[in-house]
Amino acid sequence: MKKQLAGREIEVNEEGYLLDPNQWDESIAQALAQEESIGALTDSHMKLIRYLREQQSKGVALTIRGIGKSGVTTIKEFYDLFPGGPLKKASKIAGIPKPVGCI
Amino acid sequence: MNSEVSKPVKKVMIVVSRGSLDGVYPGLILANGARMEGIEASMFFTFFGLNTLVKKTMHSLKVSTVGNSALNMAMPMLGLPMTVPFPTWMGAIPGVSWLATSLMKRKMEKLNIPPVGEFLEMISDSGGKLYACKLAMDMFDIKREDLCDQVDDILTVGQFYAMAAGEQTQLLFT
Repeated sequence: MKKQLAGREIEVNEEGYLLDPNQWDESIAQALAQEESIGALTDSHMKLIRYLREQQSKGVALTIRGIGKSGVTTIKEFYDLFPGGPLKKASKIAGIPKPVGCI
Repeated sequence: MNSEVSKPVKKVMIVVSRGSLDGVYPGLILANGARMEGIEASMFFTFFGLNTLVKKTMHSLKVSTVGNSALNMAMPMLGLPMTVPFPTWMGAIPGVSWLATSLMKRKMEKLNIPPVGEFLEMISDSGGKLYACKLAMDMFDIKREDLCDQVDDILTVGQFYAMAAGEQTQLLFT
């Protein structure tokens, strides 16, 4: 389905995750962050979002544990940056698919 | 799912009473998974489950190979069919429980499931709460200093239930 984000028409799935990561840019991220009640994205948010996009493009399965060990952020900080389901929210804002997995 | 009608779970409270590796991990996974979904999570460790929080024992939790009727020859990754039961006499041989445990731990590491100490840290860092049962502490003569730093408090059953207050709380016994 189509959705208006940052003045553009973007393809998203029924949960609001972008279908095409190439349609993503920082203005889309900011618009999604507002929707997810994260507020304005800071440099710390963006650093993590870029890291997630980079890992995802390499085909790495994203996990909280992996992010904690990445050196980009700590688990505590990750939960503080994206309260209420950090991996799901950060992935949505990063324009990548919803991560699957239990850990 | 109609989000206007269904009310999502807001808080889970998980009781861990068993101290085997397979008795402890489901609770840890459920608590961590709850935090990943933005659900509040508390864990209450009682009876042998308390071994999870004790610094001296948390790294040596084992898979029980005796009296574990669900164990089969496929389970400890021996590659045999699940229909072949694991003979109890075999489980009693010294070292077999150790072997089953190390095989399972290796598989868990491959699946990115952290060891107990790291898992407790992850849950604590994510805002999950870890509680030790006061009665179990008294019963096994365990002191606060024996427990890992991540433990938030030592509680009575009544105090634990009081924390369940609020809507959409689920109590789980693993």
